[in-house]
Amino acid sequence: MGGEATKAISKEVLWGGGRSPFSVSYGKMMMWYFLVSDALTFGGLLTAYGFARAGSTEAWPIGEQVFRALPGVEGEYPLMYVALMTFILIISSVTMVMAVEAGHRNDKRGVVAWLAATVVGGLIFLGSQAWEWSHFIHGSGGSFLTQTEVTVAAEDGTSVTVPAGTPVYMDHHFGDLAAKWLEGSPDVELAEHGAEVHFTENGAHGSHEAHLHEVRLNKYVENETKVLGAEATKLWNARSANFTFGANLHDSEYAVQQTYSNFFFFITGFHGFHVFSGVVINLIVLIMAINGVFERRKHYETVEKVGLYWHFVDLVWVFVFTFFYLI
Amino acid sequence: MERDDLIVNDSYALNAHHSDAEGAKIRSKIWKVTALLTLLTIVEVGMGVYFKRSEDFSWTAIKWTFIFLTLVKAGYIVMVFMHLGDERKNLRRVILAPYILFILYLIFIAIREGFGHMDAFNTFH
Repeated sequence: MGGEATKAISKEVLWGGGRSPFSVSYGKMMMWYFLVSDALTFGGLLTAYGFARAGSTEAWPIGEQVFRALPGVEGEYPLMYVALMTFILIISSVTMVMAVEAGHRNDKRGVVAWLAATVVGGLIFLGSQAWEWSHFIHGSGGSFLTQTEVTVAAEDGTSVTVPAGTPVYMDHHFGDLAAKWLEGSPDVELAEHGAEVHFTENGAHGSHEAHLHEVRLNKYVENETKVLGAEATKLWNARSANFTFGANLHDSEYAVQQTYSNFFFFITGFHGFHVFSGVVINLIVLIMAINGVFERRKHYETVEKVGLYWHFVDLVWVFVFTFFYLI
Repeated sequence: MERDDLIVNDSYALNAHHSDAEGAKIRSKIWKVTALLTLLTIVEVGMGVYFKRSEDFSWTAIKWTFIFLTLVKAGYIVMVFMHLGDERKNLRRVILAPYILFILYLIFIAIREGFGHMDAFNTFH
């Protein structure tokens, strides 16, 4: 027996049945239940990823090899962009918790300012994710499969025997023009003079060339090997008609297994969808706060409830970051 | 008898208003947790970039370090940012216990079956 009150209690602090289990409001309790079920969904997705990876008989792509590009910068920066996205999401979680804190002091200006910052953080994250998707879909150079077995000398001088059907990865200057050339673009010409292979593109702003200086083997898995110059040409000459650029739902330059890209699209896409809906809900609550709805209610619990959802989105990303990108 | 289920006098109750002094205390805690989460993320990225993968013990240890750091981060997000740590103990248990139970079982069975699939493939091909 929990005991009954003898004095009248305001209905605002009780559930419809006249009690308030766990001493929380109905809405907050249900938000927690929803988050538990949603967490099981994401837990299921990440576990399915683990299942596919553990059962894979081919080498699985590794995060620091696949995700090492930064927008507008040449060179390789493994995991830097994803780390930046993680940081953005953590910061937007902090601004949200500040909004909740301001709400408990009935500080309307504080709530509005911090909530607006949270919306901005969410939008920056979504923009970052759009860039990452675009980069993942377009790829960084693409690959072709070898038709015959070739033995080449790698950059470090070791001799490597490349069996038929091995993907060989081009750099993105050469690969971009190769993609246009394969599509039959009239502006792109292939020139082969012995060991020297290059594409020439004649555009409206003059022409430029991309040379086959370097190709890579095992680009997205362990033991990445660079093959330079004339040795790279040997691989180019052994190419089959099978080229792959980036990834879509049927084809992927990152792995033999299509499942890798599919999991990337589904897990980060589903998370991105959560971020998107979180931004929309935050925006609605921001407008309500500006209009003084919560001042009239005399409490800012709605901010706290959307805050729970927003922190959950951050929480999921922490796990996606570890299990998809790091491990 | 006093009722123990009312949403009053808890720090996150509907009618609980924090004073400026309480607010300042909460904010300083928030900034400390932010610094910690950022630091842990930097450590994780640094480890991911620095350590090379191999099949030996060290990579296994690094993987478990990643998982441990992630759980620490998750714990701070749930307990401080989502302030589940400030809720009643029974609410905390109702939220966490079923989830942890289900997810541990799911991970166990899926990873085990995954490795089983690989072993079967390697044995019969």
